Amino acid sequence: MAGFEGFEDRHKEVFREEARELLSELEGSLLELEEDPENTELIERIFRAMHTIKGSGAMAGFDEIVSFTHELETAFDLVRDKKVPVTKELIGITLTSRDILRDMLEGTAGSSAGQAAQEIISNLKHIIPEFPCSGSKKVQPHGINEKALCLPGEEKALTYRIRFRPNQDIFKIGTNPSFLIDELRALGDCMVIAQIDSIPVLSEFDFEACYLYWDFILTTSHGVNAIKDVFIFVENSSELKIEVIDDGLSQSPDYKKIGEILLEKGDVSAEDLRKALRQRRNIGSIMVESGLVEQGKLTSALAEQQYIREKRKQFKEAEAAASVRVPSRKLDVLADLVGELVTLQARLNQFSLTENDSELVAIAEGVERLTDDLRENIMSVRLIPISTVFSKLKRVVRDLSSELGKEIELEIEGGETELDKSLIEKISDPLMHIIRNSIDHGIEPPAGREALGKPRKGTIILHVFHSGASVLIQVRDDGKGLDAEAIRTKAIDKGLIPPGVEIEGKDIYQLIFASGLSTANEVTKISGRGVGMDVVRKNIDALRGTVEVESWKGKGTCVTIRVPLTLAIIDGLLVKIADDHFVIPLSIVEECVELTRSETVGTNSRHIANVRGEIIPYIDLRDIFGIGGTPPEIEQIVITQTDGRKVGFLVDSVVGETQTVIKALGSTFKKVDWISGATILGDGTVALIIAASHIMKLWEEQGAQRTACKAE
Amino acid sequence: MSVPGITHTSQYLTFRLGDEVFALDIIQVREVLDYTTLTKVPCTPDFMCGVINLRGSVVPVVDMRLKFGMPKTEKTVSTCIIIVEIKTGDEHIIIGALADSVQEVIDLDPGGIEPPPRIGNGLKVDFIKGMGKRNEKFLIILDIDRAFSDKELSEMETDFGIGIPSGGAEESGNKKAVHGDLAGQ
Repeated sequence: MAGFEGFEDRHKEVFREEARELLSELEGSLLELEEDPENTELIERIFRAMHTIKGSGAMAGFDEIVSFTHELETAFDLVRDKKVPVTKELIGITLTSRDILRDMLEGTAGSSAGQAAQEIISNLKHIIPEFPCSGSKKVQPHGINEKALCLPGEEKALTYRIRFRPNQDIFKIGTNPSFLIDELRALGDCMVIAQIDSIPVLSEFDFEACYLYWDFILTTSHGVNAIKDVFIFVENSSELKIEVIDDGLSQSPDYKKIGEILLEKGDVSAEDLRKALRQRRNIGSIMVESGLVEQGKLTSALAEQQYIREKRKQFKEAEAAASVRVPSRKLDVLADLVGELVTLQARLNQFSLTENDSELVAIAEGVERLTDDLRENIMSVRLIPISTVFSKLKRVVRDLSSELGKEIELEIEGGETELDKSLIEKISDPLMHIIRNSIDHGIEPPAGREALGKPRKGTIILHVFHSGASVLIQVRDDGKGLDAEAIRTKAIDKGLIPPGVEIEGKDIYQLIFASGLSTANEVTKISGRGVGMDVVRKNIDALRGTVEVESWKGKGTCVTIRVPLTLAIIDGLLVKIADDHFVIPLSIVEECVELTRSETVGTNSRHIANVRGEIIPYIDLRDIFGIGGTPPEIEQIVITQTDGRKVGFLVDSVVGETQTVIKALGSTFKKVDWISGATILGDGTVALIIAASHIMKLWEEQGAQRTACKAE
Repeated sequence: MSVPGITHTSQYLTFRLGDEVFALDIIQVREVLDYTTLTKVPCTPDFMCGVINLRGSVVPVVDMRLKFGMPKTEKTVSTCIIIVEIKTGDEHIIIGALADSVQEVIDLDPGGIEPPPRIGNGLKVDFIKGMGKRNEKFLIILDIDRAFSDKELSEMETDFGIGIPSGGAEESGNKKAVHGDLAGQ
């Protein structure tokens, strides 16, 4: 049945998505718990995450995950009850189990995951002596609860109606019903209603007899056997009735009518009910008044009605309050459509201006406003807080620092800053590389730090904030900083810079992003191959972002990543060379200045402009792109901030700002990296988007070539 | 005599490049457009004319005449862009191909198609699937997948390099030589 399989796959995918989120939440909470072991709220959160994974896993058919999480949950149940303390060891084991769960989830680990899981469980048993085991026959004094916890299967929460009417002699056989009630309460949400209608008049009262009986309404996932177990010792002498009244599936807040409940419970006969119904008044009070049913029984029925209604309402509210889970693919489609709309609207605008019809202009402006709003809203839907990648980073810091014997604290500022979802996915790898570098090369070992008069504990600060249309992510450490000399020597060794050339300050540090350059003298497991920073540069470039490094010897290093807020639509500056249009991302543009022909005379085509006394090199795009023709008398230099430097781009004229919907150029042009994409202009033609940092890099390489040529 | 791989009667779109009539399997043709404004992508080989806006997607357009070693296409009223879907590796790429004019759609059965002659047509044989016959005239049936295969596209890629802004090297032959040097460095 293909349809059914499709459904099942979808179901599994939904679970995977949910579980991924839960696992990262679990990781975050665990790391927080490590710092604050007494925080019961955190323990609750961890427990909840595990429980949800288990519950939904069972529904989606991930049996392995379910049974493993179940064991973990058991362990954390003990933690929750304060029977087991929170130790570093426990957190460590739980973090490892999180990784195993992830492997199981993605199906990457194969059979090794099961084995690893077994190891974890035995480790858990080792550090938690109280750890109960489904296999052991050992009966503990209050072991019924734990035994119930270990019961496999029956994960779904059901609501039961239980009537427990003990034998009047129950006290005489040494059983206290209140203990039984307590035990029942421990199974889940429970409501207890004592029935007092069989208490006789005082003259007939036997002080040693139990006249009370109870109605319980219990919501539990432990199954009916767990309930029966509670009453196991009194079962024979008492009257026990257990019925399922709510399977948790019904969404309707309405529950049975009071009459129905009473009838179902056998508290009233059908005949009596019909009689009462005929009077068409509040059925409960009629029946009490006419003595058909005792007040206590009615209270119980009313309570049941109330209880189920509450439960269902809670469930519904939780559903409604929770956000809608939408596959991000759908959002991508939506963003694409809005992109098309923006393009079309630009055309409408242009057309309305040429038509000179004031009504058409008004309509075009209205459409523009709406499109802008729509665009902003769609983009905001795609934004998620960057903190979602931070738990992964915290984990890296924790694991690496303990591995290297360093003490490092990760401070996070601005974790609530929001970024486009696709950006967040792509930013996490570069961030990880930078942090690994800081840990391995930057921060000194504790003893070394003390000797330098620094605090024993190193600090890495992750600071995220908005700046215009970009987001800045700073990773700052208080380690030993970069060694400019060592980088220079290495770079000359590797032939990255010619021996004679002087490179200063920031430019030196920029070299660490070159592939194959590492100042580490030996390759360790963590770093030293000179690959990491190259990856950082490549990934950030792909996002049309920039990376800058600042460093203070002995004081620390600061890496700043600047990425645009969104990937799909940017603000651009439209420029023209001959008949061709190009777009320069507005986020890097600083200003535009004029360049007249007379200014260039006598500079020996050195391509340097003097802007208010500042020397700014510029790149002649007409020349570099091989566009023929003569440039106009007055050209424009668009001055940009590229890779931390000011660089100008010489164009014929600046047309103006434009909303740029970025279109990929496709795999045909995958090697053309000085063009980052294309966009469609108002008149339907295509303009290319310039990748400033790539052009600059190529220009510099060729500059070196040119000097070499001239020297010949 | 038939060509291996062509076993069914299928329809072909015929078009002109210069004086020659070419044919493409209709399966690979998406649509035919009138010539529109092309945006040249700088520093790409000559046969890459630029990109066009095809209802919101950016589609590269190649000059088939240059690709097959003929002189550059001159724009006329009947110049068309044939949008084709080609397969390179696992990818399907949409590419526009310039043609001097598009003629008709015809049926050809496998028996009427012969393997390409080894010599004497002035074209690279690799790009030819077979020779068909129509009204006593030959049609060249193109293997468009191969014409724009991975290798061809990557050849185009290695051809790139930003022109050296030192003047003098304006001629494309010269430029290529300089690029060769660059690539060698």
